[in-house]
Amino acid sequence: MQALYAQLLVGLINGSFYALLSLGLAVIFGMLNIINFAHGAVYMMGAFVAYFLLNLGGINYWWALLLAPIIVGIFGMILERTMLQWLTGLDHLYGLLLTFGIALIVQGVFQNYFGSSGLPYAIPDQLKGGMNLGFMFLPVYRGWVVVFSLVVCLATWFLIEKTQLGAYLRAATENPTLVRAFGINVPRMITLTYGLGVGLAALAGVLSAPINQVRPLMGADLIIVVFAVVVIGGMGSIMGSIITGFALGVIEGLTKYFYPEASNTVVFVLMVLVLLVKPTGLTGRAA
Amino acid sequence: MTTLTDDTLRVTPRAMRDELIAFTLMALLLASVPFTGVYPFFVMQALCFALLACAFNLLVGYGGLLSFGHAMFLGTAGYCSAHALKVWALPPELGILVGIAAAFVLSIITGFISIRRQGIYFSMITLALSQLLYFIYLQAPFTHGEDGIQGIPQGHMFGILDLSKPTVLYYVVLVGFLAGFLLIFRIINSPFGEVLKAIRENEPRAISLGYRTDQYKFLAFVLSGTLAGFAGALKVFVAQNASLTDVHWSMSGEVVLMTLVGGLGTVSGPVVGAFVIIAMQQYLAGFGQWVTVIQGSIFVVCVLTFRRGVIGEIAHYFRRSL
Repeated sequence: MQALYAQLLVGLINGSFYALLSLGLAVIFGMLNIINFAHGAVYMMGAFVAYFLLNLGGINYWWALLLAPIIVGIFGMILERTMLQWLTGLDHLYGLLLTFGIALIVQGVFQNYFGSSGLPYAIPDQLKGGMNLGFMFLPVYRGWVVVFSLVVCLATWFLIEKTQLGAYLRAATENPTLVRAFGINVPRMITLTYGLGVGLAALAGVLSAPINQVRPLMGADLIIVVFAVVVIGGMGSIMGSIITGFALGVIEGLTKYFYPEASNTVVFVLMVLVLLVKPTGLTGRAA
Repeated sequence: MTTLTDDTLRVTPRAMRDELIAFTLMALLLASVPFTGVYPFFVMQALCFALLACAFNLLVGYGGLLSFGHAMFLGTAGYCSAHALKVWALPPELGILVGIAAAFVLSIITGFISIRRQGIYFSMITLALSQLLYFIYLQAPFTHGEDGIQGIPQGHMFGILDLSKPTVLYYVVLVGFLAGFLLIFRIINSPFGEVLKAIRENEPRAISLGYRTDQYKFLAFVLSGTLAGFAGALKVFVAQNASLTDVHWSMSGEVVLMTLVGGLGTVSGPVVGAFVIIAMQQYLAGFGQWVTVIQGSIFVVCVLTFRRGVIGEIAHYFRRSL
């Protein structure tokens, strides 16, 4: 039973990353109509920025949690202004290809300087150790990751679904021209949205640094699983991405306990099954 | 939604003539390779990828469906051919057929699943399916995991053509490539190809005209996947191994890059693109990981400023269809 709970916890943690990443993808897709293939690369950059902040600037984990998403988010906004912006009105496949190219560049540069092996990032002192919950031993940091990402996800959901700013955002997704006519700077909103989505990915990167080590390709393989998560969820709603993300993480964890051979493939198999039954995905709108 | 290529010209007798002249020139050029100083192994490898890129282009350039998992056909056909040749000791021609059959079956299954979603969802599904296969091949015993299937016997095709001789092998690969290329050329210029283009341009209108667009797209997917499998089976004879590299999703990315560089939706663009990219990898190998950066930069430059690709730009300049 101990092993089962441990795998469930791992599943919840992976689910947190899936949720944060697919949430960012959904936000970006909503506004820019682009599947951000660079999402894995910016997740990795988040982890690296945290690493640099600690080792070069002596800035601790807590500040990294705030600063890394801002720094990477600014990088994302520059990308949007200098490149993605020019794709407006083109087939959205070009967005995918452009962001894929960006991902290759970013990952290639990091691989050149840091190789492919992992760099360690220590768990902050305040979150070291563990708690005995009676039925299992919970490392504090892992519990923190799950709770913190849940809070961030819900805050993002609140921002988009319940606030004035979110209302503008959703309106601009539906009809940018009309929203512009009301005097709202839609291009600036698009840039900020891209920054927000990228920032969420970077935040996931910082959270993952102490668990998974900091590696140039840490996002490259993860992103494909996240794409599968997105296909299953359908990216129709913000809440949909969050729930699907966590649920699939847990299912993956359970598979690792009951039938480890399938743990790498279970998400993809689920994707196939969902598509056969419901081609639009669980919460999806028609493509 | 804007289309992928904004200036596809109508199929006129003149356009057909231009394309046939271009084809003849290409065939003559390639047939003369063994008489020049060019390293034949490099050209053979490039031809396999060129066929793969052409097959991929049939789907994206004419059907508007960007598959991001075409490596799965290349790799699956490669593994199945290699297994048939080495373990079952089949002659080369049957080994190739096994590979093609495997890609055919795989494309039916994956096509059935993926064709139900459009646009970027389609891309993501094909990507996820190919990653699923990657993990299966990583664990399946017959692929020998990280080692791959190595030391594949080349054998005698039809009992007479000794494939271990480089020149014989070169012409076999060349004939295979030209056959595949002509088939794709024929498909593009058939009524089926015209409908496919109509679907790419405006799917709702094609539906309202009474076409069952899903069936056309499905058929295009199966044709493209099977031809990609043919490329994979040929590649086994050139490389004499089948490995995980061919199924990994980065290979799918390379195929996209080749097609994009050469020109999406042009007949001969993918061939040029494949030669450019393979030559680049050959000569830039010393730069190590910088090759990834260079490839990424080419992606970015192509998408931002050079969307028609090499052949597309030339064709646009001369107002011809190539």
